[in-house]
Amino acid sequence: MEVITTVDQRKEAFLEGLTRAGRHPLAAPTLVAAARQVLLDHPVPTTRTEAWKYTRVGRVLNLDLQKSTENPIIQPYLLPLSDPSAAKIVLVNGQFRADMSILPKAENIRVQALSDALATGLANPKHGIGSLQLIEKDWFAALNMGHASAGIYIHVPKGQIIESPIYVLNLTSGSAAASIVRHIIDVEDQASLNVIFHSASTAGCSGFHSSVLEAHVGQNASLSIDKVQDELGEVYQHATEWVAQARDSRFDIRTLTLRGHWVRNNLNILSQGENTATNLFGTYMPTEAEHIDNQTMIDHQVPHCTSNETYKGFLNGRSTGVFNGKVFVRQDAQKTNAYQQNSNILLSNTATMNAKPELEIYADDVKCSHGSTTGQLDEEALFYLRARGLNQRSARQLLVEAFVGEIIEQISDEALRTYCLAALHERAGA
Amino acid sequence: MLQIKNLHAAVDGTPILKGLSLEVKPGEVHAIMGPNGSGKSTLASVLAGKEDYEITDGSITLDGKDLLELEVEERAGEGLFLAFQYPVEIPGVSNINFLRAALNDIRAYRGEDPMGATEFLKLVKEKAAVVELDGKLTNRSVNEGFSGGEKKRNEVFQMAMLEPKLAVLDETDSGLDIDALRIVADGVNSMRTKDRSFVVITHYQRLLDYIVPDFVHVLVNGRIVKSGGKELALELEARGYDWIKEEITA
Repeated sequence: MEVITTVDQRKEAFLEGLTRAGRHPLAAPTLVAAARQVLLDHPVPTTRTEAWKYTRVGRVLNLDLQKSTENPIIQPYLLPLSDPSAAKIVLVNGQFRADMSILPKAENIRVQALSDALATGLANPKHGIGSLQLIEKDWFAALNMGHASAGIYIHVPKGQIIESPIYVLNLTSGSAAASIVRHIIDVEDQASLNVIFHSASTAGCSGFHSSVLEAHVGQNASLSIDKVQDELGEVYQHATEWVAQARDSRFDIRTLTLRGHWVRNNLNILSQGENTATNLFGTYMPTEAEHIDNQTMIDHQVPHCTSNETYKGFLNGRSTGVFNGKVFVRQDAQKTNAYQQNSNILLSNTATMNAKPELEIYADDVKCSHGSTTGQLDEEALFYLRARGLNQRSARQLLVEAFVGEIIEQISDEALRTYCLAALHERAGA
Repeated sequence: MLQIKNLHAAVDGTPILKGLSLEVKPGEVHAIMGPNGSGKSTLASVLAGKEDYEITDGSITLDGKDLLELEVEERAGEGLFLAFQYPVEIPGVSNINFLRAALNDIRAYRGEDPMGATEFLKLVKEKAAVVELDGKLTNRSVNEGFSGGEKKRNEVFQMAMLEPKLAVLDETDSGLDIDALRIVADGVNSMRTKDRSFVVITHYQRLLDYIVPDFVHVLVNGRIVKSGGKELALELEARGYDWIKEEITA
């Protein structure tokens, strides 16, 4: 039997597995072929690449992906939501499950499988995201383009306010399963939408989950996303968002990584019109050997825009965390107001956090600030609480919850907020 | 109730307490006075179980239980309360949630059922009134943005809520104006019973006008060098500590 040694051989074996495990690709055949060629021609990013300095891709390549025939019961994995009228979209192992989904009944919104939307020419990534140039630059973008087999298309026409959230569950199930999806959201001028993206996996599951979201937020429109990552088992997850904001628009996202074996998030915001507001919140709470990597990028291209970013996490066990926050303020983007804060608490001596704020400012009349802290729980506070009778566990939970509380408070759905708080409580007390 | 025998404690290898002995019986109020650096606050910290201190000799028992063997929170469970000289500000943790958790952890330690929400809130209202603590303060983050007086009143409020059998007050009077001092002292006095004991650590005699002690001890250089009744405090106020230092070196 041949022993696989080189990175290229491992890559090829991984890609073969991916093709074997995958389903019919979504994208046009020429695009798929081009993307797959990029995967072969370009090397897998290594820790020698700045953007991958703290996250090893090699572990992903060890997966021998297989086609999964699992048909799990999804009920236990659904998030509790306060709004009973929330539409529910279910994807399992890269397949849109119409049988498990409940599409919105309202007339003022279109939600459908992306394959259908593409076939009828409705979905049309007009902002140019997902172009070949991007694929050339990003190996994982090429992977998603070449192999994504399902996704959802959400379109909110001009002026429509969608009150109830759209809930999208992506479930990965089985052994060495592949779950490659991409979504397109188009919120037209003066429309408003809230989407809850939830990625989960069944206990003991292993595999690879890749997702790409392209979103366009029209003039004076609002898009709000709760991204809940709660993966059991050994699922490697790579998630990318590309969001383009037109003038006077608002975009909010809360990235809530409750559990995850290996998670890499790439959040990219293009502030293309004047007077946009962008709010990015995130939390992560890895333990044992979990690895959570958040890469964010806000590109301020035009004047009078505001971005506000706060990521807070606590790390336990031998876990590792990465935060890399890029903020670009282009030469034309005068009067930009950009704030970034990343704070971390290490609960164990063996946890590691790698935090890197990256501000590149080319305009001269702007207000930009950033802060980054990594420390331990306040010993004085811990002693004070314990002296009042709180046991170690409760005292720690109370302090950690106070620390991450401001992130959790941003979640608008009450039941979801309670769910995240319970996960946080459990993780803080471990 | 409390028995301290020949206690030696050090910080980073520097001895602070050098053979301190003290016995407190149920219902008694003992005042511990002494110049700065004599070891008063070290004694409070050692009683509460702060980890920065190394106990090199001696023993502390509370109703026969070896205190030094117990964790910080277990000491609270056994009925020990320390009112901090510098109460810690804890942003984001509400006073009420924290107290409820503390009360119920203590009850769990004693094998009792948790207190219900209604009963708890009733107790909060009742005890907050004792120290004239504003309802708003009870809902705010622990000590955050509290004035010096509010912090100390919050300490006494918490003490009233947790109903300890032994309360140690570490310079609870420092930095208080006379009104706040009266409120704090009244709060303490309202809790005096035949079973509950107090150790009042102070630098100034003034507090002892309001909380009248049964015994006064003078702590100098890590040891109790003189003990007496409440009149000893007055003498210290009038004459300072130097005469005592001279007495012991003589």
